[in-house]
Amino acid sequence: MTPTQLSSHDAAMLAGDSGPATRLAMRIVVRMGDILGARELVEITSSHIDGCLYHGDGGVEFAERLVDLDAKVAVPATLNVGALDLLNPARVRGGDHRREMALRQMRAYQALGCTPTWTCAPYQAGHRPAPGEHVAWGESNAVCFANSVLGARTNRYGDFMDICCAIAGRAPRTGLHMDDNRRATVVVDTSAIDPGLKRRDVFYPVLGTWLGATVDDRVAAITGLRGNVTEDQLKAMGAAAASSGAVGLFHVVGVTPEAPDLETALGGTAPQTVIELAPQGLRGARDTLSTSTADSIDAVAVGSPHFSLTEFDLLEALLPSTRFSVPFYVCTGRSEYRQLEQAGRLGRFDNAGIEIVVDTCVVVTPILPPQDGVLMTNSGKFAHYTPSNTGYGVVYGSLEDCVRSATSGRVVRDEGLWS
Amino acid sequence: MELTGTALHGGSATGRLFVLQKPVSFWGGVDPLKGTIADPRHPQYGEPLAGRILVMQRTIGSSSSSAIMLELLRNGVSPAGIVLGRPDAILMLGVLVAEELGHPTVPVVQVDEAGIGRLAHAEGLRATITNGVVAVERSASSRQGSA
Repeated sequence: MTPTQLSSHDAAMLAGDSGPATRLAMRIVVRMGDILGARELVEITSSHIDGCLYHGDGGVEFAERLVDLDAKVAVPATLNVGALDLLNPARVRGGDHRREMALRQMRAYQALGCTPTWTCAPYQAGHRPAPGEHVAWGESNAVCFANSVLGARTNRYGDFMDICCAIAGRAPRTGLHMDDNRRATVVVDTSAIDPGLKRRDVFYPVLGTWLGATVDDRVAAITGLRGNVTEDQLKAMGAAAASSGAVGLFHVVGVTPEAPDLETALGGTAPQTVIELAPQGLRGARDTLSTSTADSIDAVAVGSPHFSLTEFDLLEALLPSTRFSVPFYVCTGRSEYRQLEQAGRLGRFDNAGIEIVVDTCVVVTPILPPQDGVLMTNSGKFAHYTPSNTGYGVVYGSLEDCVRSATSGRVVRDEGLWS
Repeated sequence: MELTGTALHGGSATGRLFVLQKPVSFWGGVDPLKGTIADPRHPQYGEPLAGRILVMQRTIGSSSSSAIMLELLRNGVSPAGIVLGRPDAILMLGVLVAEELGHPTVPVVQVDEAGIGRLAHAEGLRATITNGVVAVERSASSRQGSA
């Protein structure tokens, strides 16, 4: 390993000139730079911190160590979901120890100077770095969105690295911080897919799932979607791709900022691989998103990544006049929740029996009723993680399918879209 | 068989090789209390990582996997050592933070992808990691049963 070269300012921070907290953060940033082969560090302008979600006491121990050392973030930093719904604490089950530790962890990150956004979609809460800005973001969907949709530059920073970068104000200049690594090496041609399907929201998590499983961490340029794609669709696609693979950046030609045309997305070089996406490949990816073949469901959950106001609009338009027959959870950020509240819109969702989960989500913390149930979702990310994290089986469908199924309690899916 | 790689994290360890047949996200895919594969869709679902030398290209999926790596080390159910095909920043963070907090850590070695391919044929054999070198015992008699 060639050691990362440090500026005199970097070296002073590593030596402890800015205090013991910055020294600890720099020690980890520099070690990671060495491991990743970074030649130098890069100054960052913001961070999104994923380390505030409780996974065990080690994460609390680390955050409180930083607080004890009087650490403060050097750049604006938003916080990802925690393990508690702070606006409605009774919603999350779990023993006293878990609740106490989860709360301590969330409070510790606030004490470090982070903004308590508690959302996996900080880009919906006003945290939108400009194209070309170097940032250090955690949370795989947020990373994918920051790189792909906003054109900012971040690697997939794991828990702990995000906060260390934010305290140091530095990240190793490697990976997706570098021009060369942002060029697409894979071209995905979607022209064989039905244009009608491509207009539907339900297509994008499936495309993302296929993409992640196919390209893993390579950068793809997707053609054939021009003019069709909304920001929520890109969000859903990236979240799915970052679940089934290690996708940190994708380009949609004619849509995302670094891909005005295919040549630009490829950086003027020939692609290593060109893949024509076939309908059967897409159906295969869709099939992997469901583990249950039961014809009834026990709950519906949407909002991974957190539901946007536009998605609330879509859901509101679909709501039945009667209450749902199974629990229906919508996970969102407190920013969106407050806007619904201010607009007097919460009652409509409440009347349908919808439970709005804020600051967290049903797949990262125990909210679903404890049983061997089946969850239906329109989220590729929920579909991916539900079985291992909750014990529920999962059925993937569109938002319309989810609403119709929650009304009857039976699985209703529009199969015609996929034939 | 002996492979010389780069020690991403120092130390030495001995254990049976456990070669991942399919990539896994530690978050959502590994139980942090038991140290077993927890994703029911994974072909090695239920298999323990604890005490074994884990062989894989690298992790996939959630960036929270570093937190799970820290928990595995803290809870004493971590693999005895890890051999990677590519440097894995997310996994390594868990190891570095465990070290900062004073918990026991395990060696992590990066070999190349071909090296992972060679180790794939040595599933279940005993291996020792020392300073970036992975030495696999040749004897077929050292091969463990199905466990």
